[in-house]
Amino acid sequence: MSSSIALHGFHGGLRLPGHKIAASAASSRACPLPPTLILPLGQYGGSLAQVLVAPGDRVRRGQLVARADGLAANVHAPAAGSIVAIEPRPVPHICGLPASCIVLAVDTDADTDDRAICFPPMVEWQQADAQSLLERIADAGIVGLGGAAFPTATKLGYPIELLVINGAECEPWIACDQMLLRERAQEVCTGARIMRQIVGATRVVLAIEDRMQDAAEAVRAALDSSTDIELVEVPTIFPQGGERQLIRVLTGKEVPSGGYPVDIGVLCHNVGTAAAVYRAIVRGEPLLERYVSVTGHGVLAAGTWRVTIGTPVEWLIAQAGGYSGDAARVVLGGSMTGTAIATDAVPIVKASNCVLVLTTDQLRDPAPELPCIRCGECARVCPAQLLPQQLHWFIRAADWDAVESHALIDCIECGLCAQVCPSHIPLVDWYRHGKTELHLRADAQQRADAARKRFEARTLRLAQAQAERTERLAARQAVDEESPASDPIAAAVQRAAARKRSEGGPEHGA
Amino acid sequence: MIEAVLALSGLGVLLGALLGWAAVRFRREDAPLVDAIDRILPQTQCAQCGFPGCRPYAEAIARGAADINQCPPGGEAGIQALAALLGREAKPLDATHGSEQPARVAWIDEAVCIGCTKCIQACPVDAIIGAPKLMHTVLIDACTGCDLCVAPCPVDCIYMLPASSGIAVWRAPRPAAARLQNITFLRVP
Amino acid sequence: MAREFRLGGAPHLPAATSVQTVMLKVLLALLPGIAVSVIWFGVGLLLQIALACVFALLAEAAMLQLRGRPLRPFLSDLSAPVAAVLFALCLPPWAPWWIAAIGMLSAIVLAKHLYGGLGYNVFNPAMVGYVVVLIAFTRELSAWPALAAGSALAPGEMLHAVFGGGQPWDAMAQATPLDTLREQLGQGRTLAEIRSGPAFASAAVRGEWLALAWLLGGLWLLQQRVIHWQVPVGVAVGVIAVAAPLWLYDSGRHASPLFHLTSGATVLAAFFIATEPVSGAATPRGRLLFGAGVGALCVLIRRYGAYPDGIAFAVLLMNAVAPLLDRWLHPRVFGRSK
Repeated sequence: MSSSIALHGFHGGLRLPGHKIAASAASSRACPLPPTLILPLGQYGGSLAQVLVAPGDRVRRGQLVARADGLAANVHAPAAGSIVAIEPRPVPHICGLPASCIVLAVDTDADTDDRAICFPPMVEWQQADAQSLLERIADAGIVGLGGAAFPTATKLGYPIELLVINGAECEPWIACDQMLLRERAQEVCTGARIMRQIVGATRVVLAIEDRMQDAAEAVRAALDSSTDIELVEVPTIFPQGGERQLIRVLTGKEVPSGGYPVDIGVLCHNVGTAAAVYRAIVRGEPLLERYVSVTGHGVLAAGTWRVTIGTPVEWLIAQAGGYSGDAARVVLGGSMTGTAIATDAVPIVKASNCVLVLTTDQLRDPAPELPCIRCGECARVCPAQLLPQQLHWFIRAADWDAVESHALIDCIECGLCAQVCPSHIPLVDWYRHGKTELHLRADAQQRADAARKRFEARTLRLAQAQAERTERLAARQAVDEESPASDPIAAAVQRAAARKRSEGGPEHGA
Repeated sequence: MIEAVLALSGLGVLLGALLGWAAVRFRREDAPLVDAIDRILPQTQCAQCGFPGCRPYAEAIARGAADINQCPPGGEAGIQALAALLGREAKPLDATHGSEQPARVAWIDEAVCIGCTKCIQACPVDAIIGAPKLMHTVLIDACTGCDLCVAPCPVDCIYMLPASSGIAVWRAPRPAAARLQNITFLRVP
Repeated sequence: MAREFRLGGAPHLPAATSVQTVMLKVLLALLPGIAVSVIWFGVGLLLQIALACVFALLAEAAMLQLRGRPLRPFLSDLSAPVAAVLFALCLPPWAPWWIAAIGMLSAIVLAKHLYGGLGYNVFNPAMVGYVVVLIAFTRELSAWPALAAGSALAPGEMLHAVFGGGQPWDAMAQATPLDTLREQLGQGRTLAEIRSGPAFASAAVRGEWLALAWLLGGLWLLQQRVIHWQVPVGVAVGVIAVAAPLWLYDSGRHASPLFHLTSGATVLAAFFIATEPVSGAATPRGRLLFGAGVGALCVLIRRYGAYPDGIAFAVLLMNAVAPLLDRWLHPRVFGRSK
């Protein structure tokens, strides 16, 4: 039964063709294990996990191979095998630079479940305290599966009132959340209940888009007339599933600019994350696999797969029938915000939700970019209510103060502005450039301020030391003048001996 | 005709007097110029500009004794910022003071270090920790890459290495450059 | 064996629209009004449009060449023909050919390329062109044909008028309703007297049909999201805000707001001229105020100015103010209080 809460709207957004039939027509399938798994150590924003194994080691499925240190997540071996190397490998990041990865050769005769390592199942989780639940979630290496890959245990560490489970999968082509809800709605609901217990939320809302009727039915069946979780259908507008937009639609409140949903007592987690929490707590499984949609006109057999973390994209596409003749681009993610990858050797990581293979006729015509004609369409569709036009002018002119005051940090990089721009300006690329420049400038300013402080402190210290020396010298001279010693050397030796006795040790110069 | 001349001249004198009075009456107390210049300078304290530190250089610029293009670590961006602050024309970096280098940090080869503390005394921001006859180490986060420690080392065990690179400090390029740059392929062995 | 692919930035979808498509839609939306104009004023209008387009494209090509810019993308974006059509709509149907030439030269060279080309013009190019020829050649621009049936010139006479320098000053030349109004109000006659005069009656009615035709095209542009609703609404509000008090004060001497809204080029301006994106405001509230300013200034210039129609001057004045409006009327960012 859908909750009848009053829904608000959000500014901008666009109804886009879904293209989700191909990925959601049939049930999901389990992707067989590839010969090699590639496990990146970092989430690219935080720190790298500490590696616990070395090349040549044998590992069991579920074994911890890298421990989180700081803002990172534990990495577990998704299959039994041996460590081949720990080296830089291509990873799905926009910059195309390689990152440190553990390369695991999978045992061909792996009896995967038999000797797998897992945590003790916490079947009585309702009686467990929040701290032990959080520890289990952190140990299991769970991160946000909606795309940001933020460590879930850290995010669940604050008390809140409203817990939103985000199943509003708004980006075209992606259907993994829909399939998860359709097939494992019970796991998602239990995971939501576990999260509610940790954060003490008074309300739990599971939001889905109104076109996901199959998912709605499955969730209703799983809820089975219990009222602790409200199922809410939101309109199918991109980017409805964006955290800030969804929260506004459900509550009418806006997350403060530069702030987080916890600031207004709300927490938003992806349905996949909720299901992973369930598995970690109730079944004791670390995060080893996820739903991934493989779709687009460039693959022969589109569908959604349950994929082991670390599977190379190349292997996954081969399972999906391989490339069609004119496959031209592989995108990890959806068509609006996904990252084009240069090589299909990159692995599926915890945040990968879709592999979209586009053919040449589905790509943008590389027509030349015309100057901005100030039509204002970009501002009309921007869900963050920014002025993309002005931002683009200011970034072009490197007027960083104006860029900051026009709230570039609030841009969620949804891509709508670039999509509607008649002049075909790559606006999102400009904003990415602007964001990294702002970040590095702020960083450089911080370092410069710190360096100035240390320099001033050092100058002060040296000046003080100099002043003390001068004083001592003056005092000594005064003593000498009052009573000129017959033997200045003997007097100096006596003074040194006296000093040694009083200080109890040799002086350390600096 | 004479009335017109007198009238316009009178008007000019009156308005000029009004403006002059307003300039005095509504004068704004700005923050000292030296502080504003010092905030733009990169605080490397490397003395490449010819002054013993960033503050003396800022003071020299403020009193007109130095030009704005003498700071290699500040680079092009620094010169532009100074030019904007002072309302002057930006000019290219003066090559006699050095050239703009990518960010670097110092690294001491511990196998060779003899613990003489000469580099510790040379570092203007106390980024090297150590003691006589004990190991010396550079604190990477504190090092500004000013190069002043390299020369005093009697055993030449200090190297300047590129500062951190990789995904964490990746700079998204300006789109036009990205289109022209040939970064489309990544070869995998 | 790993495969390699060409990279590209998000979004990875074919582009929704292009500058050419936007300009084409504007031209299509102008068709109803052009058709009605041709019916009332004769096919001379089509000749003026053709002349203006030719000169506009020539000027554009010449400037692009001089500035070293690529010709094909900028010539095919249809921005010059749009300016040409809007300019030609302001001209009398048998204006000499060199009016179009000088007008388009001013519009494309002065108002557009000297400021930086497409996307950089501070002032509306069509209006700059029109104002230049209006001030320099007022006589040629005030000779409108009488709106009686069958008053259009024969094709041969038309060509002679446009190309041969033989302006038919004596035959059936007449001022527009607005011109008549202004002139006769100046002479001290009341509205009632003017209305019953011969020059007025059918002209005003025909003018309303023309306004309706422009409205149809404008509404379609709104539906296509080519223009923003704030500009036409702002123009209407501005016109009413200035005309209504004057009319209520003395309806004998001041025209009603309805008259202002449906006569002259008000509707054309509201939907096609004031909505020129480059020279207008870029924020929603800025657009409202921009439109209101255009409407208000237009009524004031019509009533108290020296020229019969104030649209062109009103638009240019507001173009100058538009950046300031944007700075003052910055929209609220999501998650911020202002």
